[in-house]
Amino acid sequence: MKCDHCDNLATVHLIEIKGGKKIEKHLCEEHAIKEGVAVKVQSAPINDLLEKFVLKHSGPEATDEPLLCPSCDTTYDQFRKNGVLGCPDCYSTFAEPLKHLLERAHEGASKHFGKVPQRAGIDEIRQQRLIRLRRDLEDAVTQEQYERAAQIRDELEEAEID
Amino acid sequence: MSLGDLPKHAGTWLSGEGPQGDVVLSSRVRLARNIAGFPFLSTATESQRNELLSLAQKRILDANLAQDMLWIDLADSPKLDRQLLVERHLISRQHCHSDGPRGVAVSADESLAIMVNEEDHLRLQILRSGMQLEDAYKQADQDDDKLERHVDYAYTSQLGYLTACPTNIGTGIRVSVMLHLPGLKLTGEIEKLKNAAKDMHLAIRGFYGEGSDAVGDLFQVSNQTTLGKTEKQLLDDFQDTIIPQMIEYEIKSRNALLEHRPTVLDDKIFRALGALSNARLLGKEETLYLLSYVRLGVSLKRIDDIPMHTLNELYLLTQPAHLQKIAGERLSGPQRRELRANFVRQHLKV
Repeated sequence: MKCDHCDNLATVHLIEIKGGKKIEKHLCEEHAIKEGVAVKVQSAPINDLLEKFVLKHSGPEATDEPLLCPSCDTTYDQFRKNGVLGCPDCYSTFAEPLKHLLERAHEGASKHFGKVPQRAGIDEIRQQRLIRLRRDLEDAVTQEQYERAAQIRDELEEAEID
Repeated sequence: MSLGDLPKHAGTWLSGEGPQGDVVLSSRVRLARNIAGFPFLSTATESQRNELLSLAQKRILDANLAQDMLWIDLADSPKLDRQLLVERHLISRQHCHSDGPRGVAVSADESLAIMVNEEDHLRLQILRSGMQLEDAYKQADQDDDKLERHVDYAYTSQLGYLTACPTNIGTGIRVSVMLHLPGLKLTGEIEKLKNAAKDMHLAIRGFYGEGSDAVGDLFQVSNQTTLGKTEKQLLDDFQDTIIPQMIEYEIKSRNALLEHRPTVLDDKIFRALGALSNARLLGKEETLYLLSYVRLGVSLKRIDDIPMHTLNELYLLTQPAHLQKIAGERLSGPQRRELRANFVRQHLKV
């Protein structure tokens, strides 16, 4: 059956009784939506949404001096664009501009109240040190500085055992 | 257990036997975790990602989270296998389509899945049939504790578990419930529900999560706030207020339809059953659309000879990768539509 308003197939069929009169409607999806009978389900990829959300709430554009994470070299601009941070250390590097974003995303909250790892976990300074050593190791290998790489690997092993 | 055993049946979480199973298909809890001392994946080099992958694989298997854990290296898996895992809700689409070293660990009953190297180093999920959020969280929490004995997580007391995207930080928890809401859809009330959800900082998505349409009147409701509330607060909100209320609205809509338009309702239900029981070609979305009415019919006892789990199972088994796995070969669109119709007819035969 065709839609009452166009040649498309009618997929929404309605029978309404108004003032004792029977009104039959046969509508395609588009016209059903137009008449408010059906509802178009929005389907924006959530990643796009998140990206837009991050962009919208991530504060002003970078100034002349770009904010750069010393542990992973991610800039705040890169974060604005990708919506993901480069490493755990980015949270302290970008603490100021992220503050607003976090509050908007989490109903004004800025402090964690949930689960605490049973094991105290490793402290932030050590986490930071490990990330930086891993980056230096990659750099040394890329630049073929094998002696330096071996040295960093030793330091890394030591830091991991701590 | 191997991947080959999966496509014949749905996981236990789709059994339809869970509490409030006529409205709630499944409950899911997901935790995002990152391993301390490593960068997030956006800046991790190939060798670091490899290191993370083998470290995570070893730790997950060492932690003995479930009997018979299956480890799947996704970089080595054919596309059809990866799609099968997406259809079974064991990995995300992003994890299926991205590149590089990545994997997933799955328990034999599929209630536990841990994605490695997705957006975060680890994403642990627990799936349960029906409304069983508390149970799902308990399991997730225990498994998280067990894993934590073997790995240090990136965590600070101020911000909690650190995640690649700041929208997941804090608890790193995503609580989701899959609801079948044909009543609200038919009465046009669904938009109100969506608006209310938005005001409550909840996300509503389709059967296949991010970016998927709510085909078959299946809606996934989940929290967006992860910082500043405890896991228990988040769960209690869902368990005591949000979901019971949504279920109540749905039941009210169904009852209103029964009371005021029983013939229209029955017409929709039995037309759908007629089409599913007789069609020779069935499209994917069309099938989900028709299944929704039949499911409503079973739930309202207008149809009494089809078990709920058969319908739940059909949601899954009529998906493209499942059909091709069942057939044992790649199929074209028209071939899939034919097989889908045959498959559905067989399953609905009483």
